Amino acid sequence: MMRRHDPSIGGDLERLEETWADPNGWYGWFMHVDHKSIGRRYLLTAFGFFLLGGVLAALMRVQLSRPDNTFLGPDLYNEIFSTHGTTMMFLFAVPVMQGLGIYFVPLMVGARSIAFPRLVAFSYWMLLFGGIFLYVSFLLNAGPDVGWFSYPPLAESLYTPSKRADVWAQLITFTEVGSLAVAVSLITTALKLRAPGMTLNRIPIFVWAQVVTSFMVLFAMPAVMLASTSLILDRLVGTHFFDVEHAGDALLWQHLFWFFGHPEVYIIFIPGTGLVSTIVATFSQRRMFGYLPVVLSLVSTAFMGFGLWVHHMFATGLPQLGESFFTAASIIIAIPTGTQIFCWIATMWSGRIVVRTPMLWILGFFAIFIAGGLTGVMLAAVPLNTQVHDTFFVVAHFHYVLIGGAVFPLFAAFYYWFPKITGRLLSERLGTWVFGLLFAGFNLTFFPMHILGLHGMPRRVYTYPAAMGWGSLNLLASIGAALMACAIVMFLVDAIRAYVAGAAAAHNPWNAGTLEWATSSPPPNSNFPSPPTVAGREPLWENPPGQAVVVGLRADARDVLVTHVLDAEPDHRLLFPEPSIWPFLTGIATTVLFIWSIFTPWGVVYGAVPVFVMLVGWFWPKSAHEGGTQLWPFAHRMLPRPNETPAAGGAI
Amino acid sequence: MSEVRTLDVSTLPPGAFGSRTLTFWGTLGIVIIEGTVFALAIGAYFYLVTRFPAWPPHGLAAPDLRWGTLNTLVLLASLIPNELTRRAGEHVDLHRVRIWMVVCLAFAVAFNVVRVYEFAHLNVMWDHDAYGSIVWLLLGLHTTHIITDFLDSSVLTTLMFMGPVEEHRFVDVEENAVYWYFVVLAWLPIYGVIYWAPRVL
Amino acid sequence: MSALDVNQSVLSPAGIQASAIHSLWSLMLWVCAAVFMAVLAVLFVALRRGTRNRSHDDFEPASEAALSRSVGAAVGVTVVVLIGLLTASVWTGRTIGSLHAASAVTIAITGHQWWWEIQYEDAVPGRRVVTANELHIPTNRPVVVKVTSRDVIHSFWVPNLQGKRDLIPGYTTALWLQADRPGVFRGQCAEFCGMQHAHMALDVIAESQQQFEAWLEAMRQPARDPSDSTLRRGHDVFMHARCAGCHTVRGTEAAGQIAPDLTHIATRHTLGAGTLSNTAEHLAAWIQDAQRLKPGNQMPPNPLTEEDLLALVVYLETLR
Ligand code: HEA
Ligand code: HEA
Ligand code: HEC
Ligand code: CUA
Ligand SMILES: [Cu+2]
Repeated sequence: MMRRHDPSIGGDLERLEETWADPNGWYGWFMHVDHKSIGRRYLLTAFGFFLLGGVLAALMRVQLSRPDNTFLGPDLYNEIFSTHGTTMMFLFAVPVMQGLGIYFVPLMVGARSIAFPRLVAFSYWMLLFGGIFLYVSFLLNAGPDVGWFSYPPLAESLYTPSKRADVWAQLITFTEVGSLAVAVSLITTALKLRAPGMTLNRIPIFVWAQVVTSFMVLFAMPAVMLASTSLILDRLVGTHFFDVEHAGDALLWQHLFWFFGHPEVYIIFIPGTGLVSTIVATFSQRRMFGYLPVVLSLVSTAFMGFGLWVHHMFATGLPQLGESFFTAASIIIAIPTGTQIFCWIATMWSGRIVVRTPMLWILGFFAIFIAGGLTGVMLAAVPLNTQVHDTFFVVAHFHYVLIGGAVFPLFAAFYYWFPKITGRLLSERLGTWVFGLLFAGFNLTFFPMHILGLHGMPRRVYTYPAAMGWGSLNLLASIGAALMACAIVMFLVDAIRAYVAGAAAAHNPWNAGTLEWATSSPPPNSNFPSPPTVAGREPLWENPPGQAVVVGLRADARDVLVTHVLDAEPDHRLLFPEPSIWPFLTGIATTVLFIWSIFTPWGVVYGAVPVFVMLVGWFWPKSAHEGGTQLWPFAHRMLPRPNETPAAGGAI
Repeated sequence: MSEVRTLDVSTLPPGAFGSRTLTFWGTLGIVIIEGTVFALAIGAYFYLVTRFPAWPPHGLAAPDLRWGTLNTLVLLASLIPNELTRRAGEHVDLHRVRIWMVVCLAFAVAFNVVRVYEFAHLNVMWDHDAYGSIVWLLLGLHTTHIITDFLDSSVLTTLMFMGPVEEHRFVDVEENAVYWYFVVLAWLPIYGVIYWAPRVL
Repeated sequence: MSALDVNQSVLSPAGIQASAIHSLWSLMLWVCAAVFMAVLAVLFVALRRGTRNRSHDDFEPASEAALSRSVGAAVGVTVVVLIGLLTASVWTGRTIGSLHAASAVTIAITGHQWWWEIQYEDAVPGRRVVTANELHIPTNRPVVVKVTSRDVIHSFWVPNLQGKRDLIPGYTTALWLQADRPGVFRGQCAEFCGMQHAHMALDVIAESQQQFEAWLEAMRQPARDPSDSTLRRGHDVFMHARCAGCHTVRGTEAAGQIAPDLTHIATRHTLGAGTLSNTAEHLAAWIQDAQRLKPGNQMPPNPLTEEDLLALVVYLETLR
């Protein structure tokens, strides 16, 4: 059915925007469910935690800048490095990537909303309350102090009688609940809400990366939840999971933790690679070379990522055969990563490159991440690992891969998508400075740590004697950290300046090919007044003129088109939930339960009551309008029978 | 303005059942998460087994078979009304949905009650040693599932009686039944581990 | 690195295990450096080409087939290099694993927060030696260290001699090492073990077989009885202040089990597991208030009178 169509849909547009608007006012603020609003909050909050974690890092660098320093005592230093690691992993790196997913996955697949928007809103409150809980505890001198992997028996109440280890364990619960919920939403969005025509092999690589990551979250996070729950039980009700005196086992923790912990690092890195693929393609002005191998690399990395956890435990003295297996597995994972790197280079080789700030960060990513990946390969060799394990060499490795593999792509994404989110451009000139300073500062900070590790400096030491000769390299590292801090301050200044008074951005300032640029910047409430359909992998480059748009969705309700998993054929429409206060209230109740349960097991029992009440409130029907379908009794059903597939009219 | 073609979706139905719905994928996500938790807890159990020459350690008696086996039967039997609920949901048949959900709830009450006896006949306390801890953990994890399943089924049943009943609720009925399947099927390996592993090993 | 005053480095191996690992390290370093340079070089060329392409309208994109071939080749090379590195790693592991011998010295090391208990095993129980925080080994003779822990996890690491091994409560594992030349090699606890993880070091003194035997024989001797009144006073302070409840001095009634054995404390080079050099002033300061010197450690402050303290230090100085 071909029809003349006026894309501005006249008066409906206003109606549509009103329908999809989040409420105003301070009360309304707690009810937001728009994925763009939640995504922005995620990004800002996670970045705020990055700054806090960074300030803690700066304190550590002051302490380590010279031998026998007394700036921080052992107790405080241990609290600071543990809180730094915990913050960076659980409150910054994972949430910031999920935040990008929340904001951009729906836009990139051409949807009007993320799936389960209220659940995503709830996740945000979990992140925020968890983070506040951690930092309030930290200020009350109850911050975690047994490292970001809290090995028992040290973390058991016998050796850590304070609440510090409980705070760590419960922070894990907060953030994991949030991450799991977001993962489910992102998977569902990418599988069920894609624009018609976006078959599996047209899904943008960034969206693939988010889907693969989300599946990893589903399989990995349960391990750490189980571990931290067992730890709390040991500490609170006297179970003996990790207690040797009572048939428990200290290594059980390490297996459970690293079964999560290793995938965790790819959960952070894989979205980073998605960003690299997106940005390299845009600035090379060609579609990504090797789409299939890149997607397969992501998937195989995810699978293999679950088979390497023991490489964090080589120093425990496991039997040799097992060790060789994990060495082999750790080394083999370089193949998919290498494949991706080669595909990016091939894309650039055959593209028409324009180097703008986002691309600078990507170039920085290459240099830093490859170096970090290669030290990872070194670490995977058991004999070498027994030497450098738990030294600053490892600290150097993981900052190279984390900052190179996630933070640099993230900054690239900030520069790339800032105009999308705010409608304004960051400064190219300042951006070049920020990049240069951060790149130099980074290498100055972390390169010397390799040498320190080889010269015998263990990690997690609050000080070292002058005679060790580690002073000068540590000083260098501390100076580097100061440079990084300067760069970050400059970035903040530029971001605030640009937000208030930056140059207005065109809708598609980089001439990119993916759907998030098919709408205005910032996007309207409904994302796409006329939801797009697609005929290629990079729709804005490849869609033929006159590509169909979706019509027939209601403007007076949050009507969303649901499509088939494989071929993205239109399947049915679904009314999405309105803004709601319940996710916030449920978040509060859950927070009360989590914190209460640190003090008494009854906290779980009594605390569950308000959570239950809030959940009932959440799911209780508010109005016929909201559930959207007709009220019982009705003459004939409107829902299709299980195997009947109705077809949409029109052409893609 | 150039000619823009359109894809008119106004004729599509306002919802669907089964794997076509968003709810199904949400439920699947939860099933993956919780299935992984169970699998890892069972893994932890067997890891602890390898650390001891005798299992259960220190000559403890294995849990009594009676209540656990009874509960397994009750749980399996509940699959029948559960499947009937699911079908009634798919057929958008309010009358049947009401009947079978109530039957399901009766089963849920039964297996929650039997569960109390199960705990009482584990023959070990959680704070006795790591064996006790892991057994209580396994049973406790599953118990939280049957309790929450009971609670959300009660809420849904109440809704189906009180109304206003929208057509859309039948999708929830169906998904609730899918989740129930998971809770019952996940019990089987846990039952095997708690009750049979100490006897067989 | 500036002049190293202390031997604690992976890069100057003094034993066959450490040497084998050092060779592996060199190989890894050079291979990885080459890979790094090669990939960045290609990236640089790609960047140049790509930017030039932009300014040339007549630009001929490289054919996808050619790109596929190049990427495929690069992946192929990666696989080959990785197999090479894996082989080298496994081979080094095998080599190190095979360095066992029946003639080995057997030493049991137990980790404590935050010090090392060291026990030289002997078929004759009376000839076993217990000491702390200082390990003596003969050169050119295999040594097997059996490690475990009494409290939390620690890690035994003497980088000049061998890779590290965790000390895990409930597990005892064996680590083989051997020193090829005499020297003092510092080791340090490498697994975070709480407040004073930073001050849990030990010296490994590698010496000739004769020196080692002589040292061991000296260690087997119990403490001599105090020979004058100052020493007697020091002895009495030790026995009647709380010291004896925690520390052992063989040959006296002090038989505490929860702290380092002090029978030959005066022979050791450091105090507090490498925190201080073992001088009379440091010893006095340590006894008075070890918390100030090593905050959080398990030894309480001891308010003693000036004379008692002096006598105690003089007494401890005779425990050779
Ligand atoms: C973004 C996060 C990230 C990423 C991507 C990686 C990637 C890798 N890591 Fe890393 N790792 C961490 C984060 C990460 N790591 C963290 C946080 C820790 C410490 C946790 C803690 O203890 O606190 C850690 C610790 C860690 C250890 C344990 C160290 C120890 O404590 O003893 C090991 C050991 O095997 C290891 C290995 C590897 C390997 C083999 C890779 C590989 O995936 C790397 C693959 C990439 C490349 C190899 C480069 C690109 C490839 C090419 C250019 C092709 C050509 C290459 C060759 C021919 C070699 N890592
Ligand atoms: C993504 C993760 C991530 C990131 C980005 C970082 C960033 C940094 N890290 Fe971190 N680090 C970890 C993850 C991360 N780290 C982990 C997991 C550990 C292990 C913990 C453990 O052992 O348990 C660790 C451990 C660790 C150590 C080892 C501690 C020890 O073992 O003793 C050190 C030491 O130098 C360090 C330093 C730094 C520095 C200098 C930065 C810099 O890059 C930081 C740069 C940022 C800033 C300098 C902040 C700038 C802020 C401002 C300018 C303030 C503006 C003010 C406001 C508006 C409030 N880190
Ligand atoms: C409550 C137990 C306790 C008491 C009482 C105690 N100590 Fe200690 N002592 C320790 C512990 C534990 C260490 C190891 C501390 C460390 O290095 O972390 C130690 C270390 C030492 C050391 C250094 C040993 C070495 O090899 O590094 C000396 C010397 C010492 N104590 C002497 C004394 C004297 C003298 C007294 C009595 C006045 C005394 N101690 C009382 C527990 C005790
Ligand atoms: Cu002992 Cu660190
Ligand atoms: Cu890992």
